[in-house]
Amino acid sequence: MNDIQLPAIDYAALLPMLIVFGAACVGILVEAFAPRGWRFVIQVSLTIGGLVAGLVAIIVNRDLEITTIGGAVTVDGPGLFLQGAIIILGIVSLGLIAERRLERGGPFVAEAAHAANSDGDKRQEREPGATEVFPLTLFAIAGMMLFCVSGDLLTMFVALEVFSLPLYLLCGLARRRRLISQEAALKYFLLGAFASAFFLYGVALLYGYAGTVSLTGIREGVLQSEQSGILLAAGLALLAIGLLFKAAAVPFHVWTPDVYQGAPTPVTALMAACTKAAAFGGLLRVFNVAFETTAWDWQPVLATVAILTMVVGSILAVAQTDIKRLLAYSSVANAGYLLVGVVSLNGAVGSSLFYLIAYGFSVLGAFAMVTLVRDSEGEATHLSRWAGLGKGSPLFSALFTFLMLGFAGIPLTSGFTSKFALFSSAWDSDQSVLVIVGVLSSVVLAFPYLKVVVLLWLNPPGEETPTVSVPSMLTRAVIFAGVAVTFVLGVAPSFLLDIVADAGPFLAK
Amino acid sequence: MDSITYAPATGALSSMWLLVAIPALSATVLLLLGRRADKWGHWLGVASVLASFVLGVTYFLQLRGIDGTGNKSLSVDLFEFIHIGDLNVSVGLLFDPLTAVFVLLITGVGFLIHLYAVGYMSHDPGRRRFFAYFNLFVAAMLLLVLGDNYVMLYAGWEGVGLASYLLISFWSDRPAAATAGKKAFLINRVGDVGFALAIFLMFATFGTTNYADVFNGVLASEAGQTVSAGVLLAMGLLLLLGACGKSGQFPLQTWLPDAMEGPTPVSALIHAATMVTAGVYMIARSQVIFNANETAQTVVVSIGALTLLIGCVIGCAKDGIKRVLAYSTVSQIGYMFLAVGLGGGAYALGIIHLLAHGFFKAGLFLGAGSVMHGMKDQEDIRRFGGLWKYMRITWATFGLGYLAIIGIPPLSGFFTKDPIILAAFNREGWTGWLFGSAALLGAGLTAFYMTRLFVLTFHGRPRWQKEGEGGAHAASATDAHGAHADAHGAAIARTEDGRDIQHPHESPWIMTVPLMLLAVGSVAAGWLMSTSVVDWLTPVFGEHEEGHAHLTHTQVTIATVAVTVLGVALGYLLFRGGTSLVEQPARTHLVRAARNNLYADRFNELVFELPGRLLTRALVWVDNRGVDGIVNGLAAAFGGGSGRLRRLQTGYVRTYALSILSGAFLIVAALLAVRLG
Amino acid sequence: MDGYLGSYATLGVLLVVAGAFFVVAYTANRVLRTNAPSAAKSTSYECGLDPAEGSDWAQAQIRYYVYAFLYALFAVESVFLFPWAVVFDGLGMVSVAEMGVFVAVLALGLLYAWRKGVLTWT
Repeated sequence: MNDIQLPAIDYAALLPMLIVFGAACVGILVEAFAPRGWRFVIQVSLTIGGLVAGLVAIIVNRDLEITTIGGAVTVDGPGLFLQGAIIILGIVSLGLIAERRLERGGPFVAEAAHAANSDGDKRQEREPGATEVFPLTLFAIAGMMLFCVSGDLLTMFVALEVFSLPLYLLCGLARRRRLISQEAALKYFLLGAFASAFFLYGVALLYGYAGTVSLTGIREGVLQSEQSGILLAAGLALLAIGLLFKAAAVPFHVWTPDVYQGAPTPVTALMAACTKAAAFGGLLRVFNVAFETTAWDWQPVLATVAILTMVVGSILAVAQTDIKRLLAYSSVANAGYLLVGVVSLNGAVGSSLFYLIAYGFSVLGAFAMVTLVRDSEGEATHLSRWAGLGKGSPLFSALFTFLMLGFAGIPLTSGFTSKFALFSSAWDSDQSVLVIVGVLSSVVLAFPYLKVVVLLWLNPPGEETPTVSVPSMLTRAVIFAGVAVTFVLGVAPSFLLDIVADAGPFLAK
Repeated sequence: MDSITYAPATGALSSMWLLVAIPALSATVLLLLGRRADKWGHWLGVASVLASFVLGVTYFLQLRGIDGTGNKSLSVDLFEFIHIGDLNVSVGLLFDPLTAVFVLLITGVGFLIHLYAVGYMSHDPGRRRFFAYFNLFVAAMLLLVLGDNYVMLYAGWEGVGLASYLLISFWSDRPAAATAGKKAFLINRVGDVGFALAIFLMFATFGTTNYADVFNGVLASEAGQTVSAGVLLAMGLLLLLGACGKSGQFPLQTWLPDAMEGPTPVSALIHAATMVTAGVYMIARSQVIFNANETAQTVVVSIGALTLLIGCVIGCAKDGIKRVLAYSTVSQIGYMFLAVGLGGGAYALGIIHLLAHGFFKAGLFLGAGSVMHGMKDQEDIRRFGGLWKYMRITWATFGLGYLAIIGIPPLSGFFTKDPIILAAFNREGWTGWLFGSAALLGAGLTAFYMTRLFVLTFHGRPRWQKEGEGGAHAASATDAHGAHADAHGAAIARTEDGRDIQHPHESPWIMTVPLMLLAVGSVAAGWLMSTSVVDWLTPVFGEHEEGHAHLTHTQVTIATVAVTVLGVALGYLLFRGGTSLVEQPARTHLVRAARNNLYADRFNELVFELPGRLLTRALVWVDNRGVDGIVNGLAAAFGGGSGRLRRLQTGYVRTYALSILSGAFLIVAALLAVRLG
Repeated sequence: MDGYLGSYATLGVLLVVAGAFFVVAYTANRVLRTNAPSAAKSTSYECGLDPAEGSDWAQAQIRYYVYAFLYALFAVESVFLFPWAVVFDGLGMVSVAEMGVFVAVLALGLLYAWRKGVLTWT
């Protein structure tokens, strides 16, 4: 029995994740023992401190390329970049989560489990929110970081659950409109569990095929295995479904609008920016490392999914009347563009990473601005309420217009440069059909964005135009970061393009 | 010509981006701080341009320090704007002798005019905003001349266009100013479309817009015929269209006189000294492209000659002091176009005329502003007269500028205009006689209308009433003759016989000091520059030998001076006795045409606006019937499809799960089919 | 019975036998039993309690959920503890420390639950 060897662990490579996980654990202790009045300050500083320390560790590790803990974790250029992206976007979205001026006690309530509109629920609407959201966010971010550097499918599954479970819970914590918040949480949980089952089943089939769950093992197994190709094909399909669910690709996107709309807007922002980065990090890694050699088999299928996602996402965005649902469908369509990058394999890894950063910042800025438009009921997200906001709040409307133009891909915004980079590298990878569909669908997608712009500036204000609240420095910083990065990446994208080019391909040894 | 290379800049020059950054920063600060900067904002504006000027001089000295054989074209790569696949747009700056003289002109004259504007705008509540726009203009203009590729040239080009638009319509409560701003903006668009198309053509042909790469491509194609002559001609003509728009050349000259609605410092800096010469800069910079195609050069020369005559003829018929100067600007830029179109050694002549013109025309405009400042913003020269007694500094400096522009030796216009006329005569073939005569005729006409302007303004009997003399009738007379609104909305009182009641006075020192400095420039610049600048520019334009000659230098000089003196004499004799206060009936078609700007507006209406309007009408029709049909149909299709698809989004988890399951089924089936099939 | 699924032949036989057993047993039951239905017999059986009245969308007490959750936590812990207990002897102190960290992280959750007062049944 003594032939079991402990796998070697490179703690340096794991350090960023250990820091964030550690900070999350400390956060739980803070919840348990710190006096109530102090918790908010301690939690915010702990969370930001943990994330910044993690970021520093990533920067220190920047040239690392190593597989450790028996192949469970593969730290490489794209992985580190994705981790860094998730942490940075996480820090920014934390500004929204910690905002306490817009809403007395913050955007969250303490207990998700109170039945909506029950007495207890109404009482907690008036109380300051719980600070558990901070450790939950940290766990989610740490899980996403692990997801992007998983070296085998089981680690990937564990990471998937680690980042999903806190998100399910966070979705149910909205202070206002409790019922749809709880509905969102439940839907996300049920469908997420459903998708996880697909993922796990795919892992089992692939294990049956290759005799291993490690990504590189599967890559070699494709060349050597004597097992039936059915196992590989079915396993690949089921695994992909689990991942495509998180990435919100059609037809696995159905949860997206409901959950984006119901979840507290800061959490929606976190999901749109960080979860998207993590999900595509995982997709890129799985398809580039494990299945690159079988690309001929799955590329047509994934290309079809990409086309469906772009087309359905952009067409459905046209008819939306709620800004959060509109952004949700735009997130679906953007998932389609990113899938173009996945299908293009190694040629488009760099531009996909660039796209994730560019889109993440824009979408964070947009959701941050959504939190500002409020009336007595909380956020006024119905588009008809936004009519004529340009008259009373020109600065707000100008910034939002800029972000919308960014989403629409107008030059001098990151929306243009990122789409341009992604589509041109896909074109070079001979995915011309996808590029054409992508460009056409982004034309369709420009329509709903411009509709919002027209609504803001040209329509007369309604009878009860909501006010644009003045937020604290935190939300202002988020909006500034979103707008500034959208602009800077639109004007001078080269430095980031250089970084993603230096990140190189995924480590496939 | 050998291939063109730019050496990387070293030392102080590597920080040449500061030239653009300082005024841009100042403009940003002034705009962002808002009213908080009202008290000291104008001094920040002046200081930032002074700083740029000092830097410009430093860089100039460094460039001069490079010995004869060294590469005098120094470039700095700032950053890559975008580099994806074959598309590569980088942001880089270039400092060569041509850029250097422009930088000195822009910052030097710009500084003086900024200083002047402190006084001129002292009573205007929007002075801070004015200086913000003014700084923005300087930054954009410096970007225009410092860029090392056409995209940056275009960026600066649009930047100065924006600043010009903002400043022309600065007094936007006056309808004329708002309209003039719009007109300038729209007419410039016509030119800009040409420029943009030229840039696209460069991208398509050479894959880059870097000066060095484009020019080397053109040079290589001359040797190997890789690029067809048609493409080069198209490129040249499109660039020329852009230049005509910006520089007020035929047929796009009409916006420039209207632009005088802006504050006078704006007219001096933007619409006389710097921005309107951007077209000359662009053609001089693109000399390789124009040299490669004789037809394009001929078009440039023809436009220059035609415009210089148009400007002179209309200048004779105008009564507004700034209008006359504006048409003289049009005409003088015509000379510059003529020069750069002639090619060869005449490039440098065009540039030195541009520099000299920058001095004396800025001085003339500021002088005109000083006159208006002392005359309650009246600008009708028929209502002046005898002012020399009341504003002697203005009279003296304006007089020097006047002598300079008509080319009396030894003032600067003589040294710079004379060689252009000579070069025009010496163009090969019969065209030399044609263009030379046009330039010579232009010199005579210039002398005539400038004399008219000068004599009517400063000499003869005053055609206005001094305040306090016969003022008893003034109050009642104001209504009888209709109030005349001045720049700031106040009315100038009139006497019974329709004369203005004035209190002429000299302007404060902050306005006269720039005037004096510019006058010194008008006197000295021509002689100083006529040889040294030509030598200085040799690295850019190359060495040129004298070609064949129709006429000798002496012959041309004598002819020029003769027609000039003739023009002056005629002007003096006709106008020494003053003129009527009201417009005389036009007896000839020429006068009528000249008063109507030679029907240029109507021409533009016919050539640009009417087809545009017809096209618009046709397009609207097509749009309503066809495109809207398609678009609305598409929108309806998408909207309808969207609505129908939306119904799938029921809100029930079971439906969602079913959707996921069916998707999963399809994907597994598809992959298995691929695998097994 | 060759090929990839060959080794599963025994399993297949077992499944067939199990199915047959199930069918035979129930068929025999149905054939042999007496049949006397009543209303009380067709109500749902709920561990000795009276069946819930009205809509079946009743809300359950959160405490049930918490206890189930804590149970799952420690069940998972023991799944890892048992195999570790068999081999930790040969792996040295490092593995003890690592398992200590693992248990500590789980204990953290318990600690939190205790501080929040969910362990008291009121």
